[in-house]
This record gives sequence, structure tokens and C-alpha cells, in this order.
Amino acid sequence: MKVQTKPYGEIEIEDRQRISFPRGLFGFESLRDFALLDAEQQPFYWLQSLERVDVAFVLIDPTFFRPDYAPDVDPAEMEEMDITDADDTLVFSIVTIPEQAAKMTANLQGPVILNRRSHVGRQFISGNPLWGVRHPIMDELARRGA
Amino acid sequence: MLILARRIGESIMIGDQVEISVVDIKGDQVKLGIKAPSTVKVYRREVYAAIQEENRAAAEAKPRDLPRLEGLIPPRDDPATGNRQG
Repeated sequence: MKVQTKPYGEIEIEDRQRISFPRGLFGFESLRDFALLDAEQQPFYWLQSLERVDVAFVLIDPTFFRPDYAPDVDPAEMEEMDITDADDTLVFSIVTIPEQAAKMTANLQGPVILNRRSHVGRQFISGNPLWGVRHPIMDELARRGA
Repeated sequence: MLILARRIGESIMIGDQVEISVVDIKGDQVKLGIKAPSTVKVYRREVYAAIQEENRAAAEAKPRDLPRLEGLIPPRDDPATGNRQG
């Protein structure tokens, strides 16, 4: 299907790229239909709203800069999403990019978890106090490389 | 909004499964005890607010911001994923 996207204008997407968020995302509770796009710049992805073209989130696999990351979400909540096997899931963090892009941060406290079988997604609140909403990605990468 | 006065040791019920009791009061701080089934998630309001606010900030991402990150991220050397940096 053809969809309008904020980063790439009108593009063709496959059905398997469509993700339904029955509860929306925090602060965007009314938006339910999204598409997961590969960004032209790896390792990023776009989570594009199919209802509001101006709403698109940059996503990253948090283990890219925090190999020790685990979302620490209540297993009961995962089961509500029909997730019983970790292999069924994709875990992402939403990236915030300020004026100075090098200071971009990732939200590890509010992981976005997708069920790759059912194509349903939900944003959770991590139960691990170690994870905050603004982890500087470049600092974490530098620490990893050190 | 419903407003109820409670003393230490007293509680309120929300539905028939959620009970909130006043455990202690010290100055301007009140300690609450919450009994709820595990399906009911209990969070401090500010945790929700912080994530909502961060999402709103993140949604401001402009497509032109991403290309500026090129070169900032060291190439991934994981052979399993191949050269993802392109």
C-alpha cells in the first residue's frame, strides 16, 4: 500500500510493516496505526503514524549501545500482548534528537515492544530504576568502546 | 473529582479489588499502601508524565536530523549482522 511518511514522502510499504498499537503511545494515545520503516541511516528505524503524517518516531535497538539492556517488563503484561516467547518480540527505544544531533538520547524507561507474529505493539514502562528516559547514545557508545 | 478525608489506618476501595490505605503522614508527605491485582499497574504520576513528555519531544524529530548522525556512530563490527552502516 502507498502511505505518506514524514521522512520519505509517499512510499510503498508491505502489509508486514504495519504495526497496530491498540493503546497508542504515551502522549499519543489516539494514534493506533503505524508502519515500521528502515531508516536510510542504520541502525535507526522510523515508526511512522499512518494517521498523522507529522508524527514519526526514530527508533533504535537499545542493545546497539547498551548490550546489557533488558526492558524488565512485567511478564503478565507481555502475556496480555500474547507474547510468551522472547523470540516473538522486537524491543526498541525511542530516540530524541535535539538541535545538536550528537546529543541524541534514547528512552530506555519506555521501551516499545512489538509482537512480530501478530504485528501488535505497545509501549511499556520498565520496572528497572536503572533505565531513564534520556540516555545519551553517543556517551553510551563511547563507554562501550572504552 | 471526588475528595475524601481519611485518617492514618483508614482506606478507600476503588472497585472491589483495589484498596488504597493511608499508612503514615509526616509534614506534607503522605505514605500510601496500595493493594491491587497484578494486572493493575501502579506508577507514580511523574513516571507517566516523563515518558509522555519524552515521546512528544521525540516526535519532533525532523528527517534532516538523521543524516547529520552519519559518521558519529562507529561501524558495527558484528559479523552476524554484516555491514549495517552502509
